Amino acid sequence: MNVVVCVKLVPDPNTPGQLDPETHRLRRDLGDAVLDPGDEFGVEAGLRLAEAHGGEVTVVSMGPERAVDAVRKALAMGAARGVLVCDDSLRGADALTTAKVLAAVIRRQPHDLVITATESTDGYSGIVPQALAELLGVPAVTFAREMSSDGTLLTATRQTESGSETVVTALPCLVAVTAGVNEPRYPTLRGIMGVKSKPLERLTPADLGLDAPALSPAGQTVVSVTMARQREAGEVVRDEGDGARRIVELLARVRVI
Amino acid sequence: MANGPVWVFAELVGGRVAPGALELLTKARSLGAAEVEAVCLGPGAAEAVSELGRHGAATVYVSTDAAFAELLMGGPAAATLAPVIEARRPEMILFPGTHDGRDVAGRLAAKLDLPVIANGLDIEAGAAITVTSTIFGVTQVVRTQFGERRPALALFQPKAFVASALPAAPVPRKVEVPAVIEEPHRSARVIDRSTQVASGPALEEAAVVVSGGRGLQEPANFELLHEVADLLHGAVGASRAAVDAGWVPYSMQVGQTGKTVKPAVYIACGISGAMQHTVGMRGAQTIVAINRDPEAPIFKLADLGIVGDALTVLRQLRDELRSRSS
Repeated sequence: MNVVVCVKLVPDPNTPGQLDPETHRLRRDLGDAVLDPGDEFGVEAGLRLAEAHGGEVTVVSMGPERAVDAVRKALAMGAARGVLVCDDSLRGADALTTAKVLAAVIRRQPHDLVITATESTDGYSGIVPQALAELLGVPAVTFAREMSSDGTLLTATRQTESGSETVVTALPCLVAVTAGVNEPRYPTLRGIMGVKSKPLERLTPADLGLDAPALSPAGQTVVSVTMARQREAGEVVRDEGDGARRIVELLARVRVI
Repeated sequence: MANGPVWVFAELVGGRVAPGALELLTKARSLGAAEVEAVCLGPGAAEAVSELGRHGAATVYVSTDAAFAELLMGGPAAATLAPVIEARRPEMILFPGTHDGRDVAGRLAAKLDLPVIANGLDIEAGAAITVTSTIFGVTQVVRTQFGERRPALALFQPKAFVASALPAAPVPRKVEVPAVIEEPHRSARVIDRSTQVASGPALEEAAVVVSGGRGLQEPANFELLHEVADLLHGAVGASRAAVDAGWVPYSMQVGQTGKTVKPAVYIACGISGAMQHTVGMRGAQTIVAINRDPEAPIFKLADLGIVGDALTVLRQLRDELRSRSS
């Protein structure tokens, strides 16, 4: 089974991201950037299916040049090949543009299954998987917390608002996994050493036959970015027997009760 | 604001109108559109029409096709709505940011090449349509303006708006739309559905999370968290310290190596607030912390911090919530 796993480089979740107040884009000069921890579950899920049924895992990413680090981490975990789409024109790309680029790459790969995370840790719009599936013309099982396949059909348990549902679908399809679908492996020393010998293709939108208007005709513009209320400004009070009442008042104010 | 109607994707859960549909309809009424309309797909849609009307829908596009319950919603819903959108040309479509809401909006965006903005908390429609959302664990507020293309698709967080019914509303016009199901989607069948009634909402999805750490002193005290969480229709989480101590299962762990939660309210009880934990919960809209140690880092994140004994405060909180609900 050939599996494509989409991954993203994100600011280290331990250092909160920031948008540049001038460009309204993600500041990538702050702190470390890492393979999105949410993507490790997808890589692991892909590796397990490829190991069980034969076939290869291809890792696909779109991002700045240093997103190659995210691809390399997935290669170190065991993926066979990597593709990175990198171009200045993709800076600040929205969810639909991202999906178009990923779809163009994936169409060039033999694939029975596409795996993504449910949402990225930095942007968390949670729109890319569904848009990607639509562009590829396949069903999308989102919020999957368990998945298995016999090589022809895929069975997944999907979280829902009220519980869970079990879905069976023919391949090819897309699965967006949640954290907890598995326990991602750590790259072994051998895996890390082997990264350099694995194919890693760098592409531009032009290589994929995508031009700028095709990518973003829809248009949406960030008009302002402001710091949210500072959590530091929160109220800290010593419990004088009125702690519970204060909490109740807050719950009422934010409309939870 | 242009002339097209504002649509609301009215989700059904278990055949009944989800609360998000009524919240979004209430907001849609304030956007200055000539007409507010709803779309409602699946068994139960016909019965939902009058309730949607009471919340402002003048027209409800309905399909009661069983496929919407038997198959994954996203593909069939997008294919069904696409021709209706092209015929009716709504100005915008408001979606709940739920699992199915995301599936349908994401697919429609790709299918019709439409802009989509997620995680909305508010929307303004004047000369332009602007959605307010928060990012990066609610540290920054972003306002995003849609370009010219219509309809604009926007997804909203639960409880972004408060639902209110109209004092008097005419019975809405019901327009049946034929279900359109493209071939690949016929194979994606829901073969089993389970509802977690007894254990409340899943941790990652709960609107309220009550979490405990080592400050609860012993595992039996987690029962108190469950009592409070149940009263708030919430879920119970835990710090890694409590999980590592074997007090509660790993499935309850919130944090870097556990689950990430973004509830409306997060109540941290006896949790010091190590980065490993806060990474998983700082996306909460409102954070309450109860801890004995006034220097605990959790207080730096808290909207409301109570310095005191977590068990004492929780018992009082439980009693107060009980008296309110009775």
